[in-house]
This record gives sequence, C-alpha cells and structure tokens, in this order.
Amino acid sequence: MSTRPGLRLTLFLLLAPAVLWLGLLIVLPHVEILILSFSERVAPRIYVFGFGNYLEFFTEPLYWRTFARTAIMSILVTALTLVLAFPIALYIARVAQGRLKAMLLLLCLLPFWVSELVRTLGWMMLLRETGVVSHGLQAIGLTGERIEFLYNDGAVILGLVYGGLLFMIVPLANALESLEPAVVEAGFDLGGSRWIVLRRIVVPHAMPGIVAGSIIVFMLTVGNFATPVLLGGKNGLWFTEQIYAQFITRFNWPQGAAFGMLLLLLSSAIVWAGLRLTGQSLGTTLKQA
Amino acid sequence: MTRPSLAWKLYIAAFYIFLFAPLLVVAIFAFNASPFPSPPWKGLTLEWFIGSGETFGKPGVLVDPIWLDSIANSFKVAAPVALLAVAVGTVNAWVLERAEFSGKALLSMMMLWPLVIPGVVLGISILAFFSRVANGLEEWLQTDLDFLRPGLPLVILGQLSFILTISTLIIAARLRKFDRSLEEAAFDLGASRARVLRTITLPFLSPALIGAGLVALLMSFENFNTTLMLVGSEPPLPITMYGQMREGATPAINAVSLLLMLGVGGIASIFALTAKPER
Repeated sequence: MSTRPGLRLTLFLLLAPAVLWLGLLIVLPHVEILILSFSERVAPRIYVFGFGNYLEFFTEPLYWRTFARTAIMSILVTALTLVLAFPIALYIARVAQGRLKAMLLLLCLLPFWVSELVRTLGWMMLLRETGVVSHGLQAIGLTGERIEFLYNDGAVILGLVYGGLLFMIVPLANALESLEPAVVEAGFDLGGSRWIVLRRIVVPHAMPGIVAGSIIVFMLTVGNFATPVLLGGKNGLWFTEQIYAQFITRFNWPQGAAFGMLLLLLSSAIVWAGLRLTGQSLGTTLKQA
Repeated sequence: MTRPSLAWKLYIAAFYIFLFAPLLVVAIFAFNASPFPSPPWKGLTLEWFIGSGETFGKPGVLVDPIWLDSIANSFKVAAPVALLAVAVGTVNAWVLERAEFSGKALLSMMMLWPLVIPGVVLGISILAFFSRVANGLEEWLQTDLDFLRPGLPLVILGQLSFILTISTLIIAARLRKFDRSLEEAAFDLGASRARVLRTITLPFLSPALIGAGLVALLMSFENFNTTLMLVGSEPPLPITMYGQMREGATPAINAVSLLLMLGVGGIASIFALTAKPER
C-alpha cells in the first residue's frame, strides 16, 4: 500500500475505534488496577506504594484458602466436564447421522442460549430442601424427611459442570469430526481393543479439541460468580466473591485490585500452561471453539 | 465404533434429560398457584404473569414495576451495545482483513485478549479506571460527571469491552470470504467508493452484521459478572434476578425466566433463519 497522506488518514481513522476500545477499556483499566494493587492506605485519602495488599493475601488464611479452593475445584470441574462430554461429542461426531446429528447438536446449544441465572434457578428448584428432587424422593417413599441437596460442594460442582458442558462438547465434536473412519478400523484390524483404539487413536486425534474445551471451561469456571454463590450459599467460597466483597461491600479497592490481579494471573497461568503442555497457540485454540 | 452399545445410548438419553431438567422445572413452576417456587403443585394459574397481587400478595411480572423497570434497563443497555458492537466491529474487521500496517499482528492478538480476562476483573478494572478519570476531571472542570460513576453508561462500556471481540470475529470471518473481484468490477464500471460499499460490500456482509448484532444483544442481556461490578441504582434484569434469588423469590421469577427463554428462542430462530441462505 502506498503512503499517500490521504491513505494514511484513512488508516488512522479506521484504526481509531480499535485503539480507543483496547486502550480505554482494556489496557489503561488494567494498568490502573495494577497500580492500585500496589498502593497502601497510610491515612485517610493518602496512599503510598507497597506490597501490603499481597502480603495480606498470604497471611490471611481465608483469602489464600479460598484462592486455592477455587483453583483446585476449577481443575476438578474441568476434568469432570471433559469426561462427561467426551461420549456425547463422540456420539454426535461419529455415530449420529444427518438430521439426528443436527438435532442433537442444536439441543446441546439451546440451554446455553438461556441466561446463566435461569439455569441456576432451575438447579436451586431441583436441589433445595423443599425442591423437586427431595419432594420426589419422599413421594416414592425412599425417604421420610426432606433432604437438602443445596449449599454444599457437590451442588457447586454440579452447577459449574452443567455450565461448562457446551463449551467442551462443541470443540470436541469439531475435532472428532475430522477423524478418518479408516484409521479407527485399522486400529481394530491390528487387534486393538476398544479401549486401546480409544486411547491411542481417538483421544490423540481429539487433542486440539480437548485443549480448547478445557481452557475455555477452566476460564469460565474460575471467573464464575453466580453459580458458586447461589448453589453454595455460605459454603460457596469462590474467589470472585472475595473480589466483589472488597470492591463493593468493604470499599477496599486496593485489596480488591490485588485479588483481581491474582485471579487474572491464575487464569492466564493455567491457560498458558495448558497451551505449552500441548504445543497449541491461543489463536488456533479460540478458533476451535 | 459406528454401532453404539445400549449403555452408550442410555447415557446419551440421560444426558439430555440432565440438560433440560432445570429449564423444564423453571418453566413448569411459573404456572404454579403457590406463593413459593417449589412443589407441591397447587394448580394452574397465570397470576405470576398478569396477576395484580390480590391472590398471593405479590404481583405478576407484567404488572410489577420492579421487573418492568429491570427489563427496560436491560434494553437501555443492550440496544446501544448491539449497535456499537456492529458499527465498531465492522471497522475492526476491515482493519484486520484489508489494511496493511506494521503492528497488525499485535493488534489482532490484543483484540482476542478480552476473551481470556475474567468478567469480574474486566468489571473492577473499568470501575477503578473511570473513577480515577472522573475524580481528575471533576476537580479540573468543577462539575459532576455522573456517567463515569457506576450506572448504565458504565455497564454499556463494560459489556462492550468483550462483546466487541465477538462482533469483530464474526464480521471478519464473513469479510474474509468476500470475492474482491466483485468490488473491482464495480469500480471498473465507474461506481464511487461509497456506492460500491453500499451496493456490493455491505449487502454481502449483512448476514454477519445481523448475526453479530443479535449475538451482542443476547450477550448484553444475559451478562452478569461484568455488569454486577458496574451497576448503579438502575439494575438490569440479571442483577434483579440475582437479588431475588438470594432473598428467596416468588414464582414471578419463574415467569420472568420463561419470558426470557421465549425471547431467546425467538432470537435464536431469527438467527437460524438468517444464517441458512449463506450456505
């Protein structure tokens, strides 16, 4: 392209919205919370540079335990989602044909077009002490009293896995779609059992989808707020809740900013590690999804 | 592998029941004539949609100002978000697909960033940054700048920060498929740049523009994490729902959820209908 002044001006004008967007809504706000996270209040309205907010995080057990809990449970949720979604994706990609295939995929998509809060409301109505499951168990005589299924780790994990399923199934099904039936047959002909064929042929082929799905599910889970708070109640203890508490409830913005940076760091570190371990790039991974 | 075992088929069936159970429960109990959104079933009613509140003490969704205001707030946010997402997304797509300049690779990578930032962090960072800007400007201008404080304008900006990535990707994908010889032919026939854009390029892009607009509308309507951090005294629908769910709601929340599902279903079917002709 030539460098005539008119073209330069056009390019400048076309670039302006992107630069304003990324500059004012992404880069500068993140610089702001980075600076904020390193400031300590020494007197009303007076702040100095310091690591106090991060020290507070490591010395207060509630904070780092909630952080570790969020990280570990998110990894667990991601693994569970992968295991539950794999047979579904394999069925959609390899077994179902024509209209059945399109319908199965569409039926997967539908619940995820609906708001996260509606889905969570559904689980609350199913699981709560006076809810549908407890009521049903009493009706068929399995139990004499009401059972509370809500407000424990199981309910939180269930809700988070449910919320992540679609984001696992779609990339998995996309990756499995390109698997040649002949390769699978060759595996069987050479004497491989179902398990060996699955482990040595199908899973390696699906790897790009597995990585893409896992990364997306992990990010969504770590950053989730409504599901752990509503399904876990007081026992939810999710790190995003701590950020909210510092920012909105306690109005301690520097502490909240430090927590925000830590969450961002955790999310990025796991994404980076996942990409490194499997040799994928972010661009192609996002395209898978 | 092509002949699925019975266990596999049963698993698939169980999976789809699991997928739809919560939504069905929400929809069914919207019609329950009881003050609580839980069993037992007390008979069919439309009270939670249109009731005045005489029967159960709380009015139905379509007459309750709390719900109506929240729905209105959601539209006040979603409409500008969708319009801006399409307009800015188109310009961005143009930059990515047509322009050549140094730093383009960096720019296109940065455009993907918002997708890997947790929504809560996007929310607090925008809140903190715009508060600092407001503090600085207010001191300088000696006037109140309320639109930079938590409220609907800030919610719009917060949602745009990541929805713009989505709309840019959708429109750029379509622009990549465009056959540029069509434009060249129009230029050769003497058309001006504006005319080519209006009669050739934009009509070709229109399915993607509509698609990006609908996706932006939907994502804005349903966003919770970022919105929660930036909301002021006018809560959009998801924030009101969250508040009611924490306090223990009436089946009015089921009714509003059902309306939301129908709305989403409507948008999804428009989406399916407009997406078809391009194949």
